[in-house]
Amino acid sequence: MSTTTDILLLSVAISAAAGFIGSFAVMKRMALAADPLSHVALPGIGVALALHINPMIGAAAMLVFGALLVWALEDRARAATETVIGVVFSAALAVGSITTKGEDLIDALFGAAGALGNSEMAFGIALASAIIVFIITSRNRLIVAFVSPDVARTAGVNVRQLDFLYLEAFALTIALGLRFLGVLLMGALIIVPAASGRRLAGSLSTMLWITVTISVTSTLIGTWIGLHLHRQTGPLIVLVATGIFLLSLLPLNTRRRIQKDRPTTVTG
Amino acid sequence: MNPVLKVDQLSVQFDATRVLSELSFSVNKGESLAIIGPNGAGKTVLLRALIGSIPFSGTVQWAAGTQIGYVPQKLDLDRDIPITGFDFLRARVALAQKRALDVSSVLMQVGLPLEVASGPIGNLSGGQFQRVLIAFALVGDPSVLLLDEPTAGVDQPGEERLNELVHRLQQSKGLTVLFISHELSVVDRYATNVLCLGRVHPCFGPPRTLLTSETLRDLYGTEVKYHVHDH
Repeated sequence: MSTTTDILLLSVAISAAAGFIGSFAVMKRMALAADPLSHVALPGIGVALALHINPMIGAAAMLVFGALLVWALEDRARAATETVIGVVFSAALAVGSITTKGEDLIDALFGAAGALGNSEMAFGIALASAIIVFIITSRNRLIVAFVSPDVARTAGVNVRQLDFLYLEAFALTIALGLRFLGVLLMGALIIVPAASGRRLAGSLSTMLWITVTISVTSTLIGTWIGLHLHRQTGPLIVLVATGIFLLSLLPLNTRRRIQKDRPTTVTG
Repeated sequence: MNPVLKVDQLSVQFDATRVLSELSFSVNKGESLAIIGPNGAGKTVLLRALIGSIPFSGTVQWAAGTQIGYVPQKLDLDRDIPITGFDFLRARVALAQKRALDVSSVLMQVGLPLEVASGPIGNLSGGQFQRVLIAFALVGDPSVLLLDEPTAGVDQPGEERLNELVHRLQQSKGLTVLFISHELSVVDRYATNVLCLGRVHPCFGPPRTLLTSETLRDLYGTEVKYHVHDH
């Protein structure tokens, strides 16, 4: 059975993966895509519960399939990813709410705390690590393809394949967070820290590290508050991340002042 | 002489619209081909077909070992994207697996100050961004440069400097250049051959024979005054 340390370790791995994936999602103007894409998990959960298998498997399978669908439609319809995702997965939400019932639906939407099996732990950490490694090793291809897919092709990048891998990594990141944050809040953990990172950073590597730091910090603080107040951790994690985003909106000179005044603020 | 590029019966169709129809031409090593024609004639579509970004029928044959550097038109990037000119160029260096290559030396070649390249690419002026794109292409050691209106949205002095830069690079590296331009004086000065795409059949030949009032009127559907200058 998992201990608190195990759960914290897994949360850190998942939130770091969310930070890496989110940095590129925010740049690729996919900020609004996380939410609808996460809805596709619902029918998967419903079907898995009906078949008496682990709902996480159903959710992950549907997300992987959903990302494949987006990738295929995007090329065929020549439409922006966001539009395609919006249309297809709003329908998935409708199907999901019919197939999933009562408490299961609430758990799926907002996450359910609970003991994790050893295999679930190991699988979660392995998948989160794989996503982080994918983004770090693909970052050069992602940057070039983001600036111009045509230019990327002449530099030898297989843009279609890269798009596919990124979308699948994005979907799997959502699947990873379902257990802790739920469908609705995992989308927020991918996007909100990255939005702060984009505002604060001046270069790509700074953005990646700021985003990952905010994502992990929000998760740790949110979990700590949740444990002390005996509240669900998911919404608290997202609230902490949102608080940091609001701070990042302050004009630069005000932020510098905050930094200068920090000792007074902390003790006061 | 074996051509660097041989295009035969190239056609591109988007749904019901045929954008390019049975286009054939060839380009030899070290030559400059200017592509001219009114807006919507398919000039950018041609370049994108040549790099394999869009489906086409017919054949596009690049000589063995050809490395293409593509410089697109001004791109629409958000100003606050945290990717610097250095990030973009270092990414290309990594993809080319040239760890020893110093990005600053490439920036020197295209005449872009280092402090400009340290800023976000969304903040660069049209001319500065074109230089970053040319530098990006140079990292890949290209034998051919494809330029899509490199001077669009650049002021007059900047435009001349960019044209000079491309010409200098072509001379020093023995590059073959294909460029789209609306500036007939630039076409006249630098092009070995001109390919016109427009309302009538495409035409191909040296500027001296093609840049005549009659051809230009047929091409643009209106009177275009231009006199070929003696070089």
